[in-house]
Amino acid sequence: MIRLLFFVIIFVIALWVPLYNKVDPTLFGFPFFYWFQMLVVIAASVMIWIVYKVEDKEGADK
Amino acid sequence: MNHIVAITVFVVLIVAVIIMGFLAGRWKGGNLDHIEEWGLGGRRFGTLISWFLIGGDAYTAYTFIAIPALIYGAGALGFFAVPYTVVCYPILYMVFPKLWKVAHKYGYITGPEFVRGRYGNRWLALAVGVTGIAATMPYIALQLVGMQVIIGALGIPGHLPLIAAFVVLAAFTWTSGLRAPAMISIVKDLLIYLTVIVAIIAIPMSLGGFGNIFAKVNPAKLILAAPPAHSLGSYGGYATLALGSAMALFLYPHTTTGILSSAGPRVLRRNAALLPAYTILLSLLAMLGFMAVATGVDKMPQFAAGFAHFKASFAVPALFMYEFPDWFVGVGFAAIAIGALVPAAIMAIASANIFTRDIYEPFISRSKGSAETLVAKIFAMVMVVGALFFIVAIPTQFAVQLQLLGGMWVIQTFPAIVFSVFTRFFNGWALLIGWAVGIVTATWLVAHNNFGGVWAFHVAGYTLPAYIAFATVILNALIAYVLSFPLNAMANDRHKDETDAADYA
Repeated sequence: MIRLLFFVIIFVIALWVPLYNKVDPTLFGFPFFYWFQMLVVIAASVMIWIVYKVEDKEGADK
Repeated sequence: MNHIVAITVFVVLIVAVIIMGFLAGRWKGGNLDHIEEWGLGGRRFGTLISWFLIGGDAYTAYTFIAIPALIYGAGALGFFAVPYTVVCYPILYMVFPKLWKVAHKYGYITGPEFVRGRYGNRWLALAVGVTGIAATMPYIALQLVGMQVIIGALGIPGHLPLIAAFVVLAAFTWTSGLRAPAMISIVKDLLIYLTVIVAIIAIPMSLGGFGNIFAKVNPAKLILAAPPAHSLGSYGGYATLALGSAMALFLYPHTTTGILSSAGPRVLRRNAALLPAYTILLSLLAMLGFMAVATGVDKMPQFAAGFAHFKASFAVPALFMYEFPDWFVGVGFAAIAIGALVPAAIMAIASANIFTRDIYEPFISRSKGSAETLVAKIFAMVMVVGALFFIVAIPTQFAVQLQLLGGMWVIQTFPAIVFSVFTRFFNGWALLIGWAVGIVTATWLVAHNNFGGVWAFHVAGYTLPAYIAFATVILNALIAYVLSFPLNAMANDRHKDETDAADYA
């Protein structure tokens, strides 16, 4: 269940363009468009790792 | 010829890597006469090696030249590569650990082999296999283009260096199989990470920070254009390019090979979380495109010839030569050139595995053991020579167009491979017809669209621009679904499934 939730979140924040197609606020000179999507990469990585940890504990591959 | 230092560093690194390629055959000892050892490294790469191998495999030299070049030319649109290489990882996590288990249990070394086992239909497997090989050939050719740009930038004329590089590539692929690119990918990636980190710190410092860089970019290219009324506008293209590319990524023969060569499902799950590190790298690398705009390298006389010859692909090499000392140019260029050798070797091996297991054995002659491996090795050579022929004899633009088509074709194997991991509802012949319709409509639309990847579909008064691969694979899947009902009623092929429902638990 956590897998479904996290993966849906990843798809939405990565692909819902209106969410991030703007210049402001900038960060270290980067327009929002770029730094937000870079942040999405890190968020996705963390979420997939959490899913892996949870499922590994449940014995996904024994 | 004033790049003596750069050329020396470049050549030393390349030679070192080539020696590694030959030595790799002895690594993690196995009988290289066996195709699972030669072509799949014996399925024993752990988390770290798989991370390097799949990373080196999916993020190629072409990517590292083409994505900044796209940003340089088209601006924000080129950044679709980032959401693309984000959403591919949930797909990797959900689909490929299951596929690995089945492949391991039944000794499959390719995606099409799994399809044949699942449906008992060698024609469907042939279609999937030929699609993979056809998509791979121009892809290898584009790796060579990446290398050609680098060699050209160093001021070395002619095709000879490229031919030499690929003769050597062919040689260590022959002797060491998949172990060679696996070992080399470690060096390649360390060099790439080093180059990009240095570039992303040093160049903005010399240009007065990222704020200054973005200030020099045409505001219209800084973000995507807002869609007009009743249209998804550029948003549709951006999102479907990302999603469609992600669906296709791990269906390419070389990426499937990288995945199946890992030691197991656990390695793949961990890597689904760890591989996004390469996406971070890619997103930083993409910024080099804007840096090239900000420095105005395209207007400098010393780079005029390079830009005239290689167009936007010359942006990153020119930027490196403008900003870096000569010796570091050598390091960066070596990273890109090695970044071409790694995937090119894996692509040749992966295509060879498919030719052997899905074309030669089911249709021409059964073979086992070292005879089987010999067939694979010979076909790997055919792939390398074919790719070289592409570059020497055919205009680069043609290879780029074929590579675009390759992406359209390879996604058409999505229903046959990915759906089959979750369900045996589909009929093998229905999948084959869906595949054929997908291939034909995608090819027709792309040609009709002057080789642009995005087509504006008109549905109920709305304009929906979409990546053609994405739109046509939906058609493909719908046809396969609908036709499965009558075909299953007339000629059910479920008894031909040699795998077990429990394999997919």
